[in-house]
Amino acid sequence: MADSRTSTYDSKIEGNVIFTRFDAALNWVRKNSLWPMPMGLACCAIELMAAAASRFDIARFGAEVMRFSPRQCDVMIVAGTVTYKMALAVKRIYEQMPEPKWVIAMGACASTGGMYRSYATLQGIDQLIPVDVYISGCPPRPEALLAGLMKLQEKISHERSFRNQKPELAEKLEEALG
Amino acid sequence: MTSQELLDSFDKSFGEKIQTKNEFREETTFTIAAIDLREIANFCRSEFSFDYLLDITSIDNFGEDPRFEIVYHLYSMPHGVHLRLKLRVPEELGAVDTISDIWPTANWHEREAYDMMGIKFTGHPDLRRILMWDGYPFFPLRKDFPLEGLPSEMPDIAFTKVTPMEGGPFVTVPSTAGSKDREPRAHPPEL
Repeated sequence: MADSRTSTYDSKIEGNVIFTRFDAALNWVRKNSLWPMPMGLACCAIELMAAAASRFDIARFGAEVMRFSPRQCDVMIVAGTVTYKMALAVKRIYEQMPEPKWVIAMGACASTGGMYRSYATLQGIDQLIPVDVYISGCPPRPEALLAGLMKLQEKISHERSFRNQKPELAEKLEEALG
Repeated sequence: MTSQELLDSFDKSFGEKIQTKNEFREETTFTIAAIDLREIANFCRSEFSFDYLLDITSIDNFGEDPRFEIVYHLYSMPHGVHLRLKLRVPEELGAVDTISDIWPTANWHEREAYDMMGIKFTGHPDLRRILMWDGYPFFPLRKDFPLEGLPSEMPDIAFTKVTPMEGGPFVTVPSTAGSKDREPRAHPPEL
């Protein structure tokens, strides 16, 4: 018997189908399965490992798959001091990640060079690659890393994914559908 | 063998080759000439059983005539005795004999001294930079190299830029003043 409130979802009629915006669904899928590329360079890597271990459990956020292959990763977590010697290698790995990709700069050294104001340390990985979330701390606690991950998830949920990634298709559809 | 016995037997073998000797709280330091290094090092390893080279470090005395100073820290595990050997290297010569065939650990220590100070080690099997990259044009721990670095560019390998210091709290200028005068104080005494 159909319900008089047309906005109610009635599984007998609609049969387990929900309607949503494509962007919302896509963003939800992407943000809840962010596979990190752990660019663990120094001490922050230890806190990254702690966040991945059982007590702080990054797996709750879908990010336990820390593959060291950039081809399979979504977010690069730069954890540690980026020396000039390592800088171009980090950039190369970033360029090998497929779109969509994000970067989390974890810790003081990755954000701004940290305490190492010297001839050998790159003053922040954002001199080379675009960073989405900066996490301060030396090292940031695993909870701080998880908070940064949640902030990235919030950022992703506001993205206009379809429009950003397929702009010509989006325009064509708009024209076709009026 | 105690350090006093060590001093005495050293005096007997190498009396004239030791330029100065210094003993402070059981730490013995001998200053030697660079040409005597290999002979004394061989003797230390074979006769006095100094089988452990703890460290090789280099000092830049910018402004003095033999500009560089190399310090070797030796330890004898059978006897439990430390020894320090110092020698001076003038800047024009810029090279000293390697001891990496006597103590193999000297291989990397000498590479670091070459990388940071520019002191060459003749006879070294693989003298190339160890912390900076091959082709980096400067020697960073010299006193005339600024802390914030100098710009350099090696396309596809590495680059360096000048770090913005902003007159910040970690600034020092290369000088021969002690650190109390070189570095700004957190709480200036007049306040």
